[in-house]
Amino acid sequence: MTRKLLFIAALALSASALANPHEKTLANGLRIIVQEDRRAPTAVHMAWYRAGSMDEVDGTSGVAHVLEHMMFKGTKNLKPGEFSKRVAAAGGRDNAFTSRDYTAYFQQVPAPRLGEMMALEADRMANLVLDEKEFEQEIKVVMEERRLRTEDNPQGLVYEKLLAAAFQAHPYRRPIIGWMNDLENMTAADARDWYRRWYAPNNAYVIVVGDVNKDEVFRLAERHYGRIPRGALPGRKPQLEPTQVGIKRIEVKAPAKLPYLALAWKMPVLRDINKEREPYALEMLAAVLDGHDAARFARNLVRGSKIAVSAGAGYDATVRGEALFFVSGTPAEGRSVADLEAALRAEIARVASEGVSVQELERVKIQTIAAQVYKRDSMMAQAMEIGRIEATGIHWRDINTLLEKIRSVSAEEVQAVAKKYFGDATLTVAVLDPQPLPEGAPQKSAPTTRH
Amino acid sequence: MKRVLLACLLGAAASLVQAGAKIEQWLAPSGARVVFVESRVVPIVDVQIDFAAGAAYAPADKAGLAGLTRSLLDMGAGGLDEEKIADRLADIGARLGGGADNDRASLSLRTLSSPREREAALDLMRLVLQQPAFPATVLEREKARTIAGIQEADTRPASIATKRFMAALYPDHPYGRFATVESVGRISRDDLEAFYRSHYGARRAVVSIIGDLSRAEAEAIAQRLTQGLPDAPPEVSLPDTAMPARSTVRVDHPASQAHIYLGLPAVRRGDPDHIPLLVGNYILGGGGFVSRLMKEVREKRGYAYSVYSYFQPQKQPGPFQIGLQTKREQAGDALKVVEDVLAEFLARGPTGEELEAARRNLADGFPLRIDSNRKLLEYLAIIGFYGLPLTYLDDFPRKVEAVTVADIRAAFARHVKPAHFVTVIVAGD
Repeated sequence: MTRKLLFIAALALSASALANPHEKTLANGLRIIVQEDRRAPTAVHMAWYRAGSMDEVDGTSGVAHVLEHMMFKGTKNLKPGEFSKRVAAAGGRDNAFTSRDYTAYFQQVPAPRLGEMMALEADRMANLVLDEKEFEQEIKVVMEERRLRTEDNPQGLVYEKLLAAAFQAHPYRRPIIGWMNDLENMTAADARDWYRRWYAPNNAYVIVVGDVNKDEVFRLAERHYGRIPRGALPGRKPQLEPTQVGIKRIEVKAPAKLPYLALAWKMPVLRDINKEREPYALEMLAAVLDGHDAARFARNLVRGSKIAVSAGAGYDATVRGEALFFVSGTPAEGRSVADLEAALRAEIARVASEGVSVQELERVKIQTIAAQVYKRDSMMAQAMEIGRIEATGIHWRDINTLLEKIRSVSAEEVQAVAKKYFGDATLTVAVLDPQPLPEGAPQKSAPTTRH
Repeated sequence: MKRVLLACLLGAAASLVQAGAKIEQWLAPSGARVVFVESRVVPIVDVQIDFAAGAAYAPADKAGLAGLTRSLLDMGAGGLDEEKIADRLADIGARLGGGADNDRASLSLRTLSSPREREAALDLMRLVLQQPAFPATVLEREKARTIAGIQEADTRPASIATKRFMAALYPDHPYGRFATVESVGRISRDDLEAFYRSHYGARRAVVSIIGDLSRAEAEAIAQRLTQGLPDAPPEVSLPDTAMPARSTVRVDHPASQAHIYLGLPAVRRGDPDHIPLLVGNYILGGGGFVSRLMKEVREKRGYAYSVYSYFQPQKQPGPFQIGLQTKREQAGDALKVVEDVLAEFLARGPTGEELEAARRNLADGFPLRIDSNRKLLEYLAIIGFYGLPLTYLDDFPRKVEAVTVADIRAAFARHVKPAHFVTVIVAGD
């Protein structure tokens, strides 16, 4: 079954052999990656910077994300808010996002408007103006965002505390949104420093997917981005996390009804895509546990023993920093977090002692093949795939290698990593202890008033 | 296999433009309406079936029945238990999805278009649609999970705000109801069977298909999926909504951020005011970073990260809603700004400049709405289910260009009347 699907997928993917990503590097170090996709007269244009929250320092956590907000607030050529107006006027949509490893900006437009988007993006790469008053307003917006995503979100809080406990030295311990106190004490100068330090063409890459011609795109890129001088990038300290030598447990109290449990083990990261094997085996393990609806957690814990109302597992081998294997869940009514923790770990222990079946591996492999075909339906999904892999220093040309490597993982390799990496010594456990709302809070309301 | 090869060659050589995609519609012999677009650009087939079996059709004391019926469809059918169904879907890389909103219960399938995978996927879809088993033990489990979800949601300010808002907009109407611990507790297996038999009929169904297949194949698929459905009675109208009295609802909560909603029942699907309302809403609060609400609430004052407005047209008049979250000490101030922006907009409408900007974005940006099969499928389903004209997509840019300031003012005056505004504030000081 897999071989047949592989053939189909290969055909589907080779259909765009003519439109296989093409790449060019400008003299200033900016890489342009173009994937021609003529299925609709639209295009995605993305600018990725290899700077994220992991590059921040204590005291100014959150500045990468704050600067992302400020990138919409005016340049030497544009008034605050003008950027989005121009994108909208071109019939486009735009947004941006910040992660631990990168910050990315994008627009989706009718294909003929690509040049205008490049002009806009190049302008703010080089000419951003950080106005104090604009900063004062926007930092408030970021604080509201933090309240929405974390302060008032019990599971968001758990995740934040989990990372802060799991990592003591590594910058992944800090939240991307930043600590509230750091946001309260941030200045426009902090954002300006960040911009000057990291926003250079030699620290960025541009991705275009859509109804475009690669040579035209390279020409446009040269015209709009070519004049920006390269920057002297500061060195980056590795800040490797010292080996964890004992289990860590934390509790988080927050208003909620259901308890929640999150576990994180330290894992190897994928650095040499050709030589290493364990990261691929770990990705397979995560998929065997939670890669689709027939996977083990759903089958055994939610449906089988009904110990969980939900359970999940995840591992990302391709990160710039350190890797973790996550397992999480919510216990069913009448079951404790301790029970759930034991059950989740027992599932992994069972893989360690009994292994996985060839059929289970086949199923996961089919998922990855099908997912690649389905991605062809979305230009955005294709652009994101390239963007994310490049952020970790892996070349987009190696995407197929990665997929082949994952598909080559054997049952023995999955069993071996399940045995090796899931003890206590490298584990951090975070538990949400739900706090009841003040007596009668959700029901109480002022009498409705007529105006 | 040949078809896949052909598709690949086409994909490589030609510019297959989706804008203005040819939409075909017909009535299957089963009585189901079918909407179809042939799209050879990717070797994928997407099928969605929508039934007039949404939450609004559940009896008042058993809110949650529509959602549970829908979600149990694929948890055991045609002699296969839920594990076998999940295994078989996974084995062919197919994905089942969908859910239930107020009006519709939907089941969607995404599959590779290669004949063997496609047939296996459709076979599973057919079984799930036509022979759901509703196993009693599965129902108990899913009821328990649903109840857990409700209890958790009832601690979250956003959820609380939504429920109170809808209840105030639609008192004594199914649109205002949500599943509760009690209502779910009352649901039995017999209830699911009865709801399924009376709502999942071919005459209440719309099948939307897009992908790498021909009209003839689509006809066969639609018929096979629907010919074995229960002989359900034809659709009944939902009760009429009434306009609520203007009111404000405040709910205490310890969150650091207040959640604020403002709105009223506003518009049905197919309303001739749809485009002027859409264009006007883009300017007011739907256009993201360029809207008036964003400018006044977020950009100028930093009051909120997210502030928006939208119309949600449904079978019966669905809501017009403004929403935002702001730190609790600021709830009153933020609400005042929202009210002022809205009042100004209702009084004077947009400026000519704002209207032109909206036209440019909505008309010129139209291709972005349909540049994937997935996006097109959503439109097909809406066109089919709500009986919109097949030219809906083609007409869109032209109608947007034709909208005037007067049109927008008149449409808003008809649909957004301050006398009926409901405001909900959760966790405000």
